[in-house]
Amino acid sequence: MPIVLSDAHIPVVDPSTADGVFSLLWLIVALPLAGALVLLLGGPLTKGAIDKWGHYLGTATALGSFVLSLTMFFALLGREDSDRQVAQHLWTWFEAGGLNVGMDLLYDPLSALFLLLITGVGSLIHIYSIGYMEHDARRRRFFGYLNLFVAAMLMLVLAANFLGVFLGWEGVGLASYLLIGFWQHKPSAAAAAKKAFVINRVGDIGLSLAIALMFATFGSTDFAVISAAAGEASQGTLNAIGLLLLLGACGKSAQVPLQAWLLDAMEGPTPVSALIHAATMVTAGVYLVVRSNFIFELAPTAQTATVIVATVTLLWGAILGCAKDDIKKALAGSTMSQIGYMMLAAGLGVAGYAFAIMHLLTHGFFKANMFLGAGSVMHGMNDDVDMRHYGAVRKAMPVTFLTFAMGYLAIIGFPGFSGFWSKDRIIETALADSWLVGLLALLGAGITGFYMTRLMLMTFFGEARWGAEVHPHESPKVMTFPLIVLAALSVLGGVLLLGDWIVEFLSPVTGVAEHHEPPVPALVVTLMVTAVVAVGVAAAWFLVGKRDIPRVAPTEVSFATRAARADLYGDAINDALVVQPGSALVRGLTTADRVGVDGVVEGGAAATAGLSGVLRRLQTGFVRSYALSVVGGVLLVVLALLAVNLA
Amino acid sequence: MSLTPYIVLSAILFTIGSVGVLTRRNAIVVFMCVELMLNASNLALVTFAKQHGNLDGQLAAFFVMVVAAAEVVIGLAIIMTIFRTRRSASVDDASLLKY
Repeated sequence: MPIVLSDAHIPVVDPSTADGVFSLLWLIVALPLAGALVLLLGGPLTKGAIDKWGHYLGTATALGSFVLSLTMFFALLGREDSDRQVAQHLWTWFEAGGLNVGMDLLYDPLSALFLLLITGVGSLIHIYSIGYMEHDARRRRFFGYLNLFVAAMLMLVLAANFLGVFLGWEGVGLASYLLIGFWQHKPSAAAAAKKAFVINRVGDIGLSLAIALMFATFGSTDFAVISAAAGEASQGTLNAIGLLLLLGACGKSAQVPLQAWLLDAMEGPTPVSALIHAATMVTAGVYLVVRSNFIFELAPTAQTATVIVATVTLLWGAILGCAKDDIKKALAGSTMSQIGYMMLAAGLGVAGYAFAIMHLLTHGFFKANMFLGAGSVMHGMNDDVDMRHYGAVRKAMPVTFLTFAMGYLAIIGFPGFSGFWSKDRIIETALADSWLVGLLALLGAGITGFYMTRLMLMTFFGEARWGAEVHPHESPKVMTFPLIVLAALSVLGGVLLLGDWIVEFLSPVTGVAEHHEPPVPALVVTLMVTAVVAVGVAAAWFLVGKRDIPRVAPTEVSFATRAARADLYGDAINDALVVQPGSALVRGLTTADRVGVDGVVEGGAAATAGLSGVLRRLQTGFVRSYALSVVGGVLLVVLALLAVNLA
Repeated sequence: MSLTPYIVLSAILFTIGSVGVLTRRNAIVVFMCVELMLNASNLALVTFAKQHGNLDGQLAAFFVMVVAAAEVVIGLAIIMTIFRTRRSASVDDASLLKY
C-alpha cells in the first residue's frame, strides 16, 4: 500500500503568550477538577447534605467550562490565521539536570474544537445523567467521577507537551476504569473494568516509551520543540516514535489488536458509554495521531501501519455490530468501526487530518445521541438491553425514536446529514491514496448501513416483543432535552464543512495539503457511497425487517454469525497469544524458583544441618574425652613447633 | 649448678598429672592431678626464673597459685554439689551435658 510522502509544509507549533480572555485557559481544566474534588471528598465533610445538590454542582462546572470554551473559541475566530496558537505557562512541573517539564497549556484550533466537543457533549450528558441516575444511591459519586473524567480529558487536549498529554491520558483511563466498574456489585462490571484497565496499560506502555524516546532524541517533549526539530531526527527514530504512539492510540481508541475491552466496557452506566466510550475518550487516540502530525508526516512506516490498523478495525467493528443483540454492544461495535474511519483519515496524512477531526466531531454528536437514546429505551424497558425484547418502541417513546432516527440517518450517511459529509470525504481521500483501502472503507459504509438499520428495525419497528411486566414510557424532559440538542447537531453538523471551513480552520495545526486532482470525481464517490449504503439498508430490510424476530437468539446460525457473536474471537486470540503464554511463563518461573532457587537455599540449610548432626556426636559429655582432645591438640601444636624449629 | 633435673622433675610431674586426668574417674583424684600439673608448671616457671636471673617467672608462679586456690574453692564446691545429688564422685557419671 504505497503512501506518498506529502511534500506539504508541516507547521511548527509556535504559540504566543496567553493574554486577555485566554489567560483564563487554566480555569477550563480547574473547574471540573474542583468539582470532582468537592463531590468525591465532600460526602463526609457535609454529612451527606451534598447528595441533594451535588449533581447540580457537577453539571454547573461542566457548563462553566463550556461557556469558557465557547468564549475563547469566538476570541480565537477573531484572530488572524497565523496568530491562532496561544500558550499558557502555569508552573514548572519538574526539572532534573537538562530535563525541564513545564505545566503548559496550548490553545489552538485543534484543542479549541476538542474543548467544544468535550465540554458541550459533556454538559449535555451531565444533564441527562441527572435524570438517568436519579434512583441511584451513589449519584453524587457518579458525578464526581464524570467531573474527574472531563478534567482529565481537557488536560489531555490542552497540554502543550507530551507529558501533559500523558497526565490526561492516564486520568481518563482511571476515570474510565472507575465508571465502567461503577456498578461494582455486578461481577461482570468489575471484570469489564479490570479488562479495560489492563488492555489500556499495554497501549500506555507504548505512549510512555514514545515519550521516553522523544526525551532521548529531542531532549524535550514540548510540541513546539519537537515540531521544530523533527526533521533532524533519523528516519528510524521517527518511525519508532510513530509506531509507539500508534500503539498508545490503539489501546485508548480500541483499535485492533487492542480492541477487546470496548464491548465489555458497556457494563458501565449508559451516560458513561455515551461520553467516554463513544464521544470523547476513545477518540483520544485520533487526537494523539493528529496532534503528532509533525512526527507522522516524517514516519511513512508508522503512517502505513496506522492505515492498516484503521482499515482492519473499521471492518472488524462493523462485523461485530451486525451480530450483537445487546443494543449497547451493537453501538459499541459501531463506535469501534467509526473510530477506524477517523484513524484511517489520520493515517492518510495532511490530506486526511481535518476530515478525521471532522468525523470525530460529527460522530461525537450522533453517537452520543444514539447512546443516550439507547439509555432512554433501556430506562423505559426496566434496563433490558436485549433488542430481541424490544420492537415497536417508537409508539411508546416518540421523542427518543425521532432523535435516535436523526442519529441513525447521520451515521449511515443519509445525504445532507452530518455523517454524510464527513464519511464521504474520508472515503474520497482513501480512494485517492489507495484503491484497496478506499474500497474496503466503502464496504465498511455498506455494513454500517446494514447493522444500523438492523438495530433500528429491531428496536423501534415490528411487533412489540416485550413482556407483560414491562411498560415502556417516554423518559423525563431532563433526559429528552439533551437528546433533542444532540439530534439537531447530528443533522446540522455538516455545516462544519461548508466551504471547507474546518480544513482551513485546522490548517495552522495540520498544514495545507497540496491539491491533487482526485482519481474519481467527488460526485461519483458520493453516489457510490450512497448506493452501497442503500444496498446495506435494503439487505437489513429483507433479512431483518421482513422476518419475525424470535425472542431468543437462534443458536443454529452460520459460522460468520457465530464468529461475530464471539467478538471475532478477539478474546480467544488474546487468550492464546498473550494469556496462555504468560501463564506458562509464570508457571515456568515458579517452578524454576521452587526447584532452582529454593533448592540451593534449602539444600544448603539441609546439608549444614546434616553435618551438624554428625559433628555433634563428638559432644559425648565425658569430661575425660574432652581432656584427651585438649592434650592431643597441645601435643600436635608442640610437635608442629618442633618440626618448624628443627627443620 | 645444672637446672636440668628440675625441668625433668617438672616434666615427670606434669606427665603424671595429665595421665591421671585422662585415666582416673574419681573427681577428687582428677582434681588433685590438675593441681599436680599446675604445680609442675610452677616448678618450671621458677626454674627458668632462676636460670634467667630475674623474677618474672616467680611472679607468674604466684599468679598460678592464686588462680589454683580460687579454682580449688569453686571446683570442690561443684564436686560437693554433684556428690550430694548423685551419690557419686565419678566424672563419667556426670555426663548429662551432651548432644
